[in-house]
Amino acid sequence: MTTTSTETRSVVIEREFAHAPDKIWRALTQPHLIAEWLMKNDFVPTVDHRFTLTGDWGSVDCKVLEIEPQRALAYSWDAMGLESVVSWTLTPSAAGTHVRMEQAGFRPDQQQAFAGAKFGWQKFLGNLDEVVARID
Amino acid sequence: MPTPHDVIFSALADPTRRGIFERLCRGGEQTVGGLTALAGVSQPAVSKHLGVLKKAGLVLDRHEGRQTHYTARRQALAPLVDWTRQMTEFWESRFDDLDDLLKRMDQ
Repeated sequence: MTTTSTETRSVVIEREFAHAPDKIWRALTQPHLIAEWLMKNDFVPTVDHRFTLTGDWGSVDCKVLEIEPQRALAYSWDAMGLESVVSWTLTPSAAGTHVRMEQAGFRPDQQQAFAGAKFGWQKFLGNLDEVVARID
Repeated sequence: MPTPHDVIFSALADPTRRGIFERLCRGGEQTVGGLTALAGVSQPAVSKHLGVLKKAGLVLDRHEGRQTHYTARRQALAPLVDWTRQMTEFWESRFDDLDDLLKRMDQ
């Protein structure tokens, strides 16, 4: 394999909302509101607080990494072998608020990036790129 | 996020099943008999594992006379490698729900 060990991938979603930053901030940080659009949770807006997002398909282990009221929020997002960080950035705009969400994670060939050891995933995922490279 | 990913992960969570799948990836098409000789479990057990893999879209079967031949569908693994595509769909739909919530919060 020729990929570097530091390579990451990320997903970026940006959207303009016709609502003020403080309102969006509440939707992003109040547990009963988070449950309305994301998943059930025990979120607390405190750095280092660990929380779990629970869906009907499984759960996501998270830890609050950054809190800057009405501007920035980041938490780790570990689920099904993927270790990633979800970062929210709110910027006031003429129409309301520009919301940017970035989820940055590691490639499957980075063993240390995967918490899947308990399922025996590491060996499997280590071979995955090789296997997928042969896809027709 | 849940569906295809979950099915693949649970199908491959079992070490015996994962072993069968990896063998098919590396060795190409094989029969249940051939796989049983290497799997260390009974033929009915291997057939059952193959059924789960097939349901998850990880293997294809081909009948020839009394024999069934199995091949790996490696492309079924693509969602695991390209997690970004799945997460993009996931977040787009979460953003839609967030928008709905924000509208309700006005009332």
